[in-house]
Amino acid sequence: MPESLRIVLAEDSVLLREGLVGVLERFGHEVVAAVGDADALVEAVAAYDPGLVVTDVRMPPGFQDEGLRAALALRAERPTLPVLVLSQYVQRAYAAELLDTGDGTGVGYLLKDRIGQVEQFAEAVERVAAGGTVVDPEVVRQLLRRRRDPLAALTPREREVLGLVAEGKSNGAIARELVVTEAAVGKHIGNILGKLDLPPAEDTHRRVLAVLAYLRG
Amino acid sequence: MGQGSHGDRVGLGIPPEHPLLVWSGPVAAAYRGRVIDFRGRNPLRAAGYLVGGVLVGAPLLVGMLVLGVVGAALSVVLVGLPLLVLLALSGVPVGALERWRLRLLSGLGEVRHAPTPPGTAPRRTAASPKYVQYEGDAAARRCTAPNDAGTHPTSRDRLGPATVPDPHRTPPEPGLTAWARLRLTEQATWRELAYAVLLAFVLWPLDLLVLAFALAVPGAMIGAPVQLAVSADTSGDTRIVKLWLIDSYPQAAVCAAAGLVLLLALLWPLTLYARARAAFARLLLAPREAETERRLAEVTRSRARLVAAFDAERRRIERDLHDGAQQRLVALSMTLGLARLDAPPALAGQLAAAHEEAGQVLGELRELIHGIHPQVLADYGLADAIADAADRSPVPVEVSLELPRFAESVESAAYFAVREALANVGKHSGATRARIDGSYQDGRLLIGVRDDGCGGADPAAGSGLTGLADRLAVLDGTLTVTSPAGGPTVLRLEIPCPSR
Repeated sequence: MPESLRIVLAEDSVLLREGLVGVLERFGHEVVAAVGDADALVEAVAAYDPGLVVTDVRMPPGFQDEGLRAALALRAERPTLPVLVLSQYVQRAYAAELLDTGDGTGVGYLLKDRIGQVEQFAEAVERVAAGGTVVDPEVVRQLLRRRRDPLAALTPREREVLGLVAEGKSNGAIARELVVTEAAVGKHIGNILGKLDLPPAEDTHRRVLAVLAYLRG
Repeated sequence: MGQGSHGDRVGLGIPPEHPLLVWSGPVAAAYRGRVIDFRGRNPLRAAGYLVGGVLVGAPLLVGMLVLGVVGAALSVVLVGLPLLVLLALSGVPVGALERWRLRLLSGLGEVRHAPTPPGTAPRRTAASPKYVQYEGDAAARRCTAPNDAGTHPTSRDRLGPATVPDPHRTPPEPGLTAWARLRLTEQATWRELAYAVLLAFVLWPLDLLVLAFALAVPGAMIGAPVQLAVSADTSGDTRIVKLWLIDSYPQAAVCAAAGLVLLLALLWPLTLYARARAAFARLLLAPREAETERRLAEVTRSRARLVAAFDAERRRIERDLHDGAQQRLVALSMTLGLARLDAPPALAGQLAAAHEEAGQVLGELRELIHGIHPQVLADYGLADAIADAADRSPVPVEVSLELPRFAESVESAAYFAVREALANVGKHSGATRARIDGSYQDGRLLIGVRDDGCGGADPAAGSGLTGLADRLAVLDGTLTVTSPAGGPTVLRLEIPCPSR
């Protein structure tokens, strides 16, 4: 069991807020504050100094992107504060802004749909809290679609692996997902980085950032 | 309908719906084959118009005299004042009736089936055979009624007989008081009153005089043999129009023949008088240019309000779905996910299936909501929203946009136009790649969508571009599509607007 996290949660829908508290507590974490708007989120972070912030994008009063703005402001103030942003839609712009805060580590951007996959969601929460980068597969899919030309050099399997790398998955996780050995995954990744002219990186976080930067380019 | 066959029938002056109104003869023959509306030249219609004038004018004289005299007499005790107001407003119904009567003589000899004037046909060039420019209101019309032969009906035909438009405004609120207050301040009301007074005191007696001279005198002459026969057993002679004494049938026959000639000779002046009379009525009763322009401005404003309301409604629906169904589905999916963790193996399969289903519904709902109104448009503006739409396109799209933020209406109209264009690229063009360029220069937003597809796109064939052109027209914007066979298809939109 990974260590228990102290989490500040911001979500304006009571139904979802209660549900999220339930899920997070089910995995042994402590929700120290559950608030319903962006201002309360900033206050709660100042008051509780949590190990992770989980926030919705769209919140009162304007119902635009207040949650994201608050998350960005928090990251600007404390670049090491892990933040996981939940969005009803995939917006590349949201993900891009998040990844540009701090050094791009300890941030996550997920569709709300993913909360339903409770185990994967819990895994993402822990990865972000540990300084990892988690990007929703949907965002990665869009990014992959954008840079079609250079990616044409990759085999279908390599593109699949690249997508999983961009989502922030470790070699082990990728191997489990594709039902292959870790060594095979390592070989694919080596090929990908070579074909795309990216520097080889053993560290998962650095590798994710390099791949994402390339895809966004 | 072929121009030739129709032209012959019209040339005979026989409206197809009135087979009995046959008019022929040398004058008609002279016009045979020419495509002219004879409604204004048909003597029967002219006579009918004048008879109607007498039937309206005579009772009007009585009514106005009664109202005026009683009103003036009673105004001393204030009771008469409403009657005088009523008198002032009496021109309004008279004007409406007279405008309606003008339909009888509508189309004062205009050419009915003119070839399409150059300005109203879709502009086409040899280099791009499928080049259609949408501009303003005309867009819809040009798209729905393209006609290469140039024989499509003019607006007159579609509206039936030409009607004289109502010069009055619509009262801002219901109720008789509001109506009367508005009418009394309108210039058109007073023009109508002037016309009513003229009709009651001058025009209808004049109409009667013309009718009497042009029809009654020849009529009496033609009837000479009958009159002679009737008077045969009394005096044995008869006096026609109190002038000529007739006592034999040969004399009567000559008189009748002369009457017939006179009748035919007088039909032309009669028609001329009726047309002059109608032109005078039209002068006073038709809306002035300023009144037409004001109505147009009203319609333009209400159209802009409609579009704004449509946009607001879209956002409301998006908000409702986001706050309601979507949140509940996420919560349901979460509950199912948690239940799966602790479920006994017997239930695990069914729970997994339910969970999967909920996830798929959630995905579909997400796409639906995004299609209604994308949140990124409100948050980040046009450039990001278009880039997002390009990401979703099945055809690779290169995007190059340098845009500031604009008013919501501008961003939304431009965004949906680009999205429609991208949808067409994906569906019809067979293109392998597309490109979107956008810039903001000299107060004009310019966006171009180009693909390398097979071209030949027909905007008239229900591609959804017509509605978008209309939306842009509300903002004084234009949408241009060039799509020669063989490609490429280029769609350009241009909106004059300030940046935010």
